[in-house]
Amino acid sequence: MALQSAITEIDKLKDKRAAAALQAASLVDSARFDRNELTIYVNRADIRRACEILRDNPTTKFNFLSDITCVDVFPSEPRFEVIYNLLSHSRKERVCLIAKVPGGDPSIESLTGVWPSANFFEREVFDLFGLRFVGHPNLRRIMMPEDWEGHPLRKDYPVEGYR
Amino acid sequence: MILNMGPQHPSTHGVLRLLLEIDGETVVKCVPDIGYLHTGIEKTCEAKFYQQVVPLTDRIDYLCPMTNNLTYCLAVEKLLQLEIPPRAQYLRVLLNELTRINSHLVWLGTHALDIGAMTVFLYCFREREEVLKIFENVAGQRMMTSYFRIGGVSLDPPLDFWAKVKKFIDKFSDCIDEYEGLLTANPIWIERTKGVAYISAEDCIALGVTGPSARGSGVDWDLRRDMPYSGYEKFQFKVPVSNDGDVYARYLLRVQELRESNKIARQALEGMPEGPFKADSPKVILPDREKMKTQMEALIYHFKIVTEGFAVPAGEVYQAVESPRGEMGYYVRSDGTAKPYRVHMRSACFANLQALEKLCVGRLLADVVAAIGSIDIVLGEIDR
Repeated sequence: MALQSAITEIDKLKDKRAAAALQAASLVDSARFDRNELTIYVNRADIRRACEILRDNPTTKFNFLSDITCVDVFPSEPRFEVIYNLLSHSRKERVCLIAKVPGGDPSIESLTGVWPSANFFEREVFDLFGLRFVGHPNLRRIMMPEDWEGHPLRKDYPVEGYR
Repeated sequence: MILNMGPQHPSTHGVLRLLLEIDGETVVKCVPDIGYLHTGIEKTCEAKFYQQVVPLTDRIDYLCPMTNNLTYCLAVEKLLQLEIPPRAQYLRVLLNELTRINSHLVWLGTHALDIGAMTVFLYCFREREEVLKIFENVAGQRMMTSYFRIGGVSLDPPLDFWAKVKKFIDKFSDCIDEYEGLLTANPIWIERTKGVAYISAEDCIALGVTGPSARGSGVDWDLRRDMPYSGYEKFQFKVPVSNDGDVYARYLLRVQELRESNKIARQALEGMPEGPFKADSPKVILPDREKMKTQMEALIYHFKIVTEGFAVPAGEVYQAVESPRGEMGYYVRSDGTAKPYRVHMRSACFANLQALEKLCVGRLLADVVAAIGSIDIVLGEIDR
């Protein structure tokens, strides 16, 4: 199979219901359809509203939060990309939401009010990347010891650790 | 009273620590404390070539190494847009179902042992040993198999492999009857599991529970059927679902899954296509030994892949498969170099563990052990 180029024009993604639903609320920053996966970039202030729309809109019905993770693109800015993977059981479809977060103010609204399952995922991202989730009920380290310094999955943290 | 359970508690299946607040014998609050096995595998992956990550994925979940291999390979193959030949797909399905049998057998044995049924453990490990011998036969390793490669599998199975698998599949159905004979109608077992640790379908979805634990509560969702990968759409199998949502329902469901897995394995074995066991992509896949010794070009590719890896086109993918415990997902991002920019594992147990509080609160302390067993956790996968 030859690698097909990604579709990035929002107009061409109108047939994707998730893109259309978010576009109707003008929350789409940019979007991409690549390797059979739909990725939508949203503003970090809108992430909670975007998730609520995708969950409650009868045309999208993304009822399940599969995963939250993060990528550090250090040294470029905005430094962090928080990645939300949503799944619709009834429509058998996935969508990936990405919110960019600057390194100077690494915080984003928590999704624990939308899906309680975000709790552990957000704690993991907080622990390993140092992102604060505003409104999280119990934002403590989950993998590393409580008194650990630094956030190991950041790109400026050495693979072998500090000695 | 606050009671500390673990991390060295035999029934937590690893190093899970639970902080239990109890009133008399009733659990009021249950806070899991994890991270004792955190080894930073995600960070290590960023420093390895794509093909060097495969052995790391075994170590995440030591009860279903093949499932982890498969998920990672599928994710990278999606990045590369590689087409996998049917023989490799069937082999992967066959070995994945044997892995599911292996994992469920360990679960059944230890779960029954926790609740006090010693004999089941011995029976389960008897059959598990045979599955491990099959793995050893095909991959050279019993547990950390690393048999799958990006683009296919590492070697065609040895000639006696097929007869061994057939022998196992033929008799395994009777073995399941044996386990069921020990437990399903056993009054002590029913007393300890029926109506214990209930969770509803809505709670499962809200808390991110997947796999048999969610299907035991009526969430009719199986990635093998609903979002097929690696050729699962060619197989006929049922997805058992129960609406009871208690420990007994999850037990019955996993036993039924054992039977279905056995059926899928039989279909894969009988329908095994002939042909190559790896994709035709010389820049990504190591050449045959024979070619390498006789053809200059093959030798050059071999040298280049081993010394400097292979570049993967930039992009990001999320690939999920149905592991024995639920949705196992790999998020892989490539920046166009020979090393992954980021690998993240969405572990089923990690999400399922969030439901533990819901299962335990309001129940007796003794039921906590049954609840932990019934969601089938592996701490290696939770902590990564």
